[in-house]
Amino acid sequence: MSKTESTFINMTATLVVVTLVAAGLLGSVFALTKEPIRLAELKKKNKAIQIVVPGFDNEPSQEVKSMFVDGDSIYLYTARKGEAVLGTAVETFTNKGFSGEFKLMVGFAPDGTIIDIAVIKHSETPGLGNKMEKGKSDFSVQFMGKHPDSFKLAVKKDRGDVDAITASTITSRAYCDAVTRAYEAFMESQKEN
Amino acid sequence: MQYILIIIAAVFVSNIVLNQFLGICPFIGVSSKVETAIGMTGAVTFVMVIATLVTYLIYYSVLVPLDIVYMRTITFILVIASLVQLVEIILKKISPPLYQALGIFLPLITTNCAVLGVAVLAVQKDFSLLESVFYATGNALGFGLALITFSGIREQLDLLNVPKRLKGVPIAFIVAGLMALAFMGFAGMV
Amino acid sequence: MNQWKNFSKGLLKENAVFVLILGMCPTLGVTTSATNGLGMGLATTFVLIMSNLVVSLVKNLIPDKVRIPAFIVIIAAFVTVVELVMKGYVPALFDALGLFIPLIVVNCVVLGRAEAFASKNTVWSSIVDGAGMGIGFTMALTILGAVRELLGSGAFFGMKLISGDGLLLFILPPGAFLALGYLIVLANMIKEKTS
Repeated sequence: MSKTESTFINMTATLVVVTLVAAGLLGSVFALTKEPIRLAELKKKNKAIQIVVPGFDNEPSQEVKSMFVDGDSIYLYTARKGEAVLGTAVETFTNKGFSGEFKLMVGFAPDGTIIDIAVIKHSETPGLGNKMEKGKSDFSVQFMGKHPDSFKLAVKKDRGDVDAITASTITSRAYCDAVTRAYEAFMESQKEN
Repeated sequence: MQYILIIIAAVFVSNIVLNQFLGICPFIGVSSKVETAIGMTGAVTFVMVIATLVTYLIYYSVLVPLDIVYMRTITFILVIASLVQLVEIILKKISPPLYQALGIFLPLITTNCAVLGVAVLAVQKDFSLLESVFYATGNALGFGLALITFSGIREQLDLLNVPKRLKGVPIAFIVAGLMALAFMGFAGMV
Repeated sequence: MNQWKNFSKGLLKENAVFVLILGMCPTLGVTTSATNGLGMGLATTFVLIMSNLVVSLVKNLIPDKVRIPAFIVIIAAFVTVVELVMKGYVPALFDALGLFIPLIVVNCVVLGRAEAFASKNTVWSSIVDGAGMGIGFTMALTILGAVRELLGSGAFFGMKLISGDGLLLFILPPGAFLALGYLIVLANMIKEKTS
């Protein structure tokens, strides 16, 4: 087979055809992976809710309220067991992380006590900032069972009650920022009820 | 103020080359002379800012409304490739001296991941149009700072007695590592 | 051409990372752990094989002057396929590799093989070439990831071997440059010994 010549029509036609075929291929792959991607994201969210308000028997991801704060959305998921409200999982964020934004899920008991906190998404430095993840260090443990009214959500350097991660003050500050934002959103939502 | 912060963050705190690892190929490849490093910086700055602006507009006025965000990678790389061609043609017409200075670097820029990387990051970070232009400018300056400093060090390095096995690329990486270490001192400034 | 030679050249003699010094951005950017290096390597290998395959199939249909843009579109399509599939089925790895998945498009190794090899050779040789180059790339990334993970956090593929923090430097950006610099020296020494 001889090589196609580089005439203007040939060149344009080739590029158009290649792009169309590529777009067609991607369209079908997108359609195929749409559901798995949605499920994967839902699973990640559900897993985080499970950690921060354990023991519910409803589907908190269905009982969601959203709030628009500081240029982004905060989501509040209500976890129930039977009729009783176990707590609220708040999906919160901060833009002050060492590598920019990260997202946390904070679980509050109905009286505002923090049950537990899980990291949903972050790009903090491995070995430093990522110690905020559960299991990587005891950093997140100190929040468990504390009430933000009596436990000041700021690192000790800023006259708060939080022990910062060694060498990761910025990440720790950002973490407190995200939890504070979650608490404020939670209190706001309690007022409405 | 926030715009100045975006620039400072991009140049020093999360330097695109030394901290985010984008644009390493030209960083190692065209850094043996200060002169070429300056030329490359000029070309990259030019293309990076325009490319980020154009891809930002296409992303929010075509891809998002049509719900075909998955075409992002293809669209962005095509925009960058055609932009590089266009810049080359225009430069040749309106400013032959500038073309002489930057011309040979332009074709290399299509596969410079810093350009595509910054374009993608600008839409990922939910910047406004003006913010993303400042973000691109900052990153281009950061690229230039790293590249020109590095080429200065490499020129000096040629005069030194480097162990045989480390000559060339290995010592370049080690120097880059030490520069990255120095840049970590900027951490937390913004 | 001898297919074994064609395949094995990518492993050491023309290793993309250690010898040709190509594809540096993902090499340095994602190798904070061996798992990440392996994942990135496999994703790149898939793109390499598929784009080499398609390019060698259509090489005669594409006019010379638009060759490069056409190749880039083909590569970008496969990269997006990888991106969507990873997002759906291995979300944790997708999050870890982040920006570097779309950036496979501008990995010089991929376009380099399409241009230098697949556009001149038969389909079968191109697949073998892509596989060899890809596996060589994967090996390099996994080794660099393993070295950095071992020195930096005392773990191997996520398994903690040494207690304590390790030399944090190797996980941080400067460590990537330093580790790669010394690994290149090592690769050169091995290459000299074998040839």
